[in-house]
Amino acid sequence: MCLAIPGKIVEIVDHENSIAKVEVGGVRRNINTGMLDDARVGDYVLIHVGFAMSRIDEKQAQETLRILEELGSYMEEFEQFKTAME
Amino acid sequence: MKFIDEYRRSDLAHTLAEKIAAMTDKRLKIMEVCGGHTHAIFKYGIEDLLPLNIEMIHGPGCPVCVIPLGRVDDAISIALQTDVIFTTFGDAMRVPGSKTSLLDAKAAGADVRMVYSPLDALRIAKKNPDRHTVFLALGFETTAPSTAMTVLQADKEGVENFSVFCNHITIVPALKAMLDSPDLKLDGFLGPGHVSTVIGLRPYQFVARDYGKPVAVSGFEPLDVLQSVYMVVKQIVEGRAEIENQYGRAVSPDGNRKALEVLFEVFEPRDFFEWRGLGSIAHSGMKLRGKYARFDAELKFSIPGLRVADPKACQCGEILKGVKKPWECKVFGTACTPETPIGSCMVSSEGACAAYYNFGRLSKVAERHGAQAGV
Amino acid sequence: MKQFATSPLFERVERARRRKPKIKDTHITLAHGSGGKAMHELIEGLFLEYLRNPLLEKLEDQAVFEIASNHARPRLAFTTDSYVVDPIFFPGGDIGSLAVHGTVNDLAMSGARPLYLSAGFIIEEGFPIADLKRILSSMREAALEAGVEVVTGDTKVVQRGSADKLFINTAGIGVIEHAGHISASRAEAGDKVILSGAIGDHGTTIMIARGELELETEIESDTAPLNSLVREMLDEADSIAGVRAIHCLRDPTRGGVATTLNEIALASEVCIQIYEDSIPVRREVRGACEILGLDPLYVANEGKLIAIVADEIAQPMVMRMKENVNGRDTCIIGEVKIEPPGIVAMQTGFGGARIVDMLVGEQLPRIC
Repeated sequence: MCLAIPGKIVEIVDHENSIAKVEVGGVRRNINTGMLDDARVGDYVLIHVGFAMSRIDEKQAQETLRILEELGSYMEEFEQFKTAME
Repeated sequence: MKFIDEYRRSDLAHTLAEKIAAMTDKRLKIMEVCGGHTHAIFKYGIEDLLPLNIEMIHGPGCPVCVIPLGRVDDAISIALQTDVIFTTFGDAMRVPGSKTSLLDAKAAGADVRMVYSPLDALRIAKKNPDRHTVFLALGFETTAPSTAMTVLQADKEGVENFSVFCNHITIVPALKAMLDSPDLKLDGFLGPGHVSTVIGLRPYQFVARDYGKPVAVSGFEPLDVLQSVYMVVKQIVEGRAEIENQYGRAVSPDGNRKALEVLFEVFEPRDFFEWRGLGSIAHSGMKLRGKYARFDAELKFSIPGLRVADPKACQCGEILKGVKKPWECKVFGTACTPETPIGSCMVSSEGACAAYYNFGRLSKVAERHGAQAGV
Repeated sequence: MKQFATSPLFERVERARRRKPKIKDTHITLAHGSGGKAMHELIEGLFLEYLRNPLLEKLEDQAVFEIASNHARPRLAFTTDSYVVDPIFFPGGDIGSLAVHGTVNDLAMSGARPLYLSAGFIIEEGFPIADLKRILSSMREAALEAGVEVVTGDTKVVQRGSADKLFINTAGIGVIEHAGHISASRAEAGDKVILSGAIGDHGTTIMIARGELELETEIESDTAPLNSLVREMLDEADSIAGVRAIHCLRDPTRGGVATTLNEIALASEVCIQIYEDSIPVRREVRGACEILGLDPLYVANEGKLIAIVADEIAQPMVMRMKENVNGRDTCIIGEVKIEPPGIVAMQTGFGGARIVDMLVGEQLPRIC
């Protein structure tokens, strides 16, 4: 359910009516940004059925990736820890 | 593509999976509530990466799967009326009612059109002033605000030939109904990430507080799903039950205030709404408020409004609750196939039965069940 | 990919999947024309029941037969296809070029040298002559490029509303000059699966050109004649191990690569394993598919082919194909195994495995 994907705002088409153009992998479409506080060119937003549902938080995204990379890479350390516990 | 590709890296997947395996040998059942997660799990083959003791249970969060037969019949009856343009998301075209689907109605002469957005439906209405355009509104809290925004725009622009056949539902009452079910044996949940962009994290608190089950609200890329499983398992191992947010890049703890405002402006809860496979659930459906009654297709058209019982042979309820595996249902693969679905779980590719049927035939889970059954 | 082991799930689904195709519907819906399971039910459950003969029964993209004469027994390939594309003009081509390429390609997939085409036009009254001129000129160009001639034709004009603008049917005849045997039923364990370029361009272009989804992008249809590519493939195979080392050739049109591979897996009773990471998909096609929740494996192509060849010729074949303008992005996307028969399995880019089955009908956007 609820297919939503991140796209980049490339143009504010109609500020008054909250219409912006977003791009996903070289494909563009006008969407409604009326549910965001403000939408700026360069923002990444989560698009669902022609509406922006939330702004993608770059810092949070980095944080998630950092955790993922940490989880994916300190395996050796973890093994040592496990051996020590045994 | 930014914010997509980073979360599909296979090099991290294997270590993450190993780490999940190293945490516990206990058999755990974790439900992904949302059909989008079910789709991701099968599309990327995530079950194959998970250790055998972690079993994913595929929940009721697919709006197309849970729409009851009677409501599909109602939609078709509206679509077949003269001078109606009936618009719908592609997902709903093939969903069978008690006798036919919208695709069949189209073949029989109804003007059924697929749209990407409810705004497209409104545009069609404006382009065809001498006909009435109906939008089949489907989906959870993610989709409902978009319908609400469209109704508000129709109201503002004074469009009179547009209405909404509302089947929006809310996930929390369904979650509660599942948790109250005596035969439920779940250890934790992956929370629906896109619903949460709207409602935030607070509505799930009761799952941890009253039922002692951990939740990780999850994104939809495969690494998101794996990380969320890791977070839930970690909570279980450490004896915690909290609402954690794996999808921080899109979900803020308070949700989307503006989206919630338009949602409450336009919709109010129904006393009861029927879910296919799960039965009637209190306050789980939305309808248009009296203020917007002129956009309510249910009031504009006389619809049969009949309750059609789920087929008896079908065991979708047990499958949605994780009590039974799809292939343990008598009609799975016999009378019930993706070509001729009987139960809700076979209707959409997000349903558990269709997912196993289409993608999961070689899954480890099925194999293990085979070994147990001595096949 | 891990070893195959059977399970109750697998057995149940196989039993359902191998049921004799029967047409249960009471009316034709768009699903029957989509290239998926519904269309197979229509063809095998209805057309074949009424019109069955040994040539039709093979359900190849073309019929191949011998004509007895005094001196030789030339093998001919014969095929037909109708074109109802909407819109009739689209980026990268139009209904005219498509009508030539599609039929030329169906002939080429038997290794035939296409010779002559017929063209039948069904035109809605009111259709602009200027548009017809444009379409005919693009047919002429496409025929010239493919080295075929339109030698017979037919025209019908119908009342407004009885057809949508213009439909074209073309039939084609070609001659098979090689000693090989190319058929969907010849895939063998150990063979390699070759794909001649990026997938989904045509289907995505048409979907966007219809305008209903209001998407904008720069992508073009891949519509192209593949007979020169096939001729070079035959040469290459001949120079190494003989033409018989080319086992199957198919152009993955409606239903995309996934449907074509399923047809081959079922006809040959083999398992086809593909690797998601090795399948080229253009950025714009991926973007459109992400937005709409579609899988590019099921999106139509009009200028690509899938070849299943003996392992020993696979590498040089890829190199040779890359030299052809219509094969520049050729690559190996998988291989043929014994078990489980009739199945297409995919190693996902994420490291998991899943089945790739035929769809019931047309792939519809998955949104809510």
